[in-house]
Amino acid sequence: MTTLALFGGVYSNPFALRAVLADSAARKDQKLWCLGDLGGFGPDPETCAELLRAEAVDMLQGNYDHSIGHSLGDCACGYTDPRDNHFAQVSYDFTNACVSESTREWLRGLPPQARLTIEGRRVLLCHGSPRRVNEFLWNSTCSDAFLEWLCDEYEADVIACTHTGLHWSRALPGGRCVVNVGAIGRPAHDGRTSVWYAGLAFGPGGVARVDFREVAYDHEALAAQMEEEKLPPEFIETIRTGWWTTCLENVPAKERMRAMAAK
Amino acid sequence: MTVPAPIPASLRVPRQHLQPFHHLDTLWIQVAGTQCNLSCAHCFVPSGPGVNRHEMLSRLEVAARVAEGLAMGVKEIYFTGGEPFLHPEIERLVESTLAEAPLTVLTNGTLFTTRRVSWLAGLSRASKYSLELRVSLDGTDAAAHDTLRGAGAWTRTMHGLRALTDAGLLPIVTVTDHTRGNPLEFATKVTAVLREEGLAEPRVKVLPLFVLGRQAERQGHSPGKRPILWMLPEEHFDPHRLQCGSCRAVTSRGVFVCPLLVDEPEARLGHTLEGSARPFGLDFEACYTCWMTRMTCANG
Repeated sequence: MTTLALFGGVYSNPFALRAVLADSAARKDQKLWCLGDLGGFGPDPETCAELLRAEAVDMLQGNYDHSIGHSLGDCACGYTDPRDNHFAQVSYDFTNACVSESTREWLRGLPPQARLTIEGRRVLLCHGSPRRVNEFLWNSTCSDAFLEWLCDEYEADVIACTHTGLHWSRALPGGRCVVNVGAIGRPAHDGRTSVWYAGLAFGPGGVARVDFREVAYDHEALAAQMEEEKLPPEFIETIRTGWWTTCLENVPAKERMRAMAAK
Repeated sequence: MTVPAPIPASLRVPRQHLQPFHHLDTLWIQVAGTQCNLSCAHCFVPSGPGVNRHEMLSRLEVAARVAEGLAMGVKEIYFTGGEPFLHPEIERLVESTLAEAPLTVLTNGTLFTTRRVSWLAGLSRASKYSLELRVSLDGTDAAAHDTLRGAGAWTRTMHGLRALTDAGLLPIVTVTDHTRGNPLEFATKVTAVLREEGLAEPRVKVLPLFVLGRQAERQGHSPGKRPILWMLPEEHFDPHRLQCGSCRAVTSRGVFVCPLLVDEPEARLGHTLEGSARPFGLDFEACYTCWMTRMTCANG
């Protein structure tokens, strides 16, 4: 049995990152991958970069990492709503002002994707989707036909991605699998203050099993640090309540209705 | 180093930007043809009662187009018109399509009976995929809306939006910005108006005004076909910026490059989706509007 731990969207949250690293270590995962996006939203990208590099976590380059690495003007998250873009820019400008040159150089050199072969299965790790770093793959807006096409086109039996911030997995009729590992930097719009990452286990014959792991962390300490850094109160409310208040407009009906029902 | 003098406009060679086709992400199906219960003064695909320029599609035709799209790995499907809820078999069309793929229905929001809203809510809850309802609005008050859409249209649309919201649905309100001002301020104002109208968590998508169809007539403007993006240097052309790299629109007249250009004969790319998966010259004024505003007809 081979077990991979996969997480994404660190979003400058060192408190959650430490908790996830400890959780994975306790489970004795064989490999740990971060699928990208070090910065944004939270208060402390530099400590996150130090932790990831100290632990030698394999990391992909997300859209945020590409933008920060190359000192671009925005995060290129791919939002279309003006309010989403406004808050994304506030967050990006904060991150961009915080990171060191050494972190920028490290982010610049990260690979955008990785391919692994485990128990004979072709695993493709990416940030948004195999074809675009900032594509949002939501569970409710991807047909089976589309996910099968992605697996065919990009020659993968398992595709793992992040970028949306909401975790999900789909076993496809043809036996392949797509998993969005979610984000550890902010809660999953579920009214809980904890965050989520994914374990991917391969048994004999290459059967993939996905388990999502919920991790609690000191979110009050994070919120206090965000207040010190004068980050928008809307961001801090999300950390304290578990409900998204920004960058929410492109969340599809199904995911939003699920959240409303839980409220 | 000497800087070359600008080339006089009269000597410039028009540059046609060819939009490559990447993959069929969004399939637009004009299920209701150009039949609509309203005759909006700015409709970019002029529709109204008795307008049959594009005919309604039968259930079998829609099913065949959905199957074609699925075979190409389509990601999402959009129903449009005219007004899709005028189609006599709309409920069967929605049910069978939503079973296969995420579905968005564009509507003017004036035809929602209590029974239909309840049916939509039940279907939405039970479905694996998102069922999005996109309701069109113009401006931020009844006067602006009704001037374009007819007396009483605002009241009927607001009634429809409240009924959907009360049933637990989350319609996207698509608002055309006639002011051409700051998009964030406009979206904020629309959101505030919708809250006052009783929508707790309004979802707003702002659209630019397209000089097409009746809007072109109102402005006394003939958009025509010309290489309007010609000044854009080749190195600044991003082949992933426009939705026409990843969508096609089907009407009774064939397959078109996008849902905006279904009345342009040169935007008709063929009869089959597979045969229409080819590059398109961005020569229309609508292409320029989409480029400049980063417009997408998709939800987000």
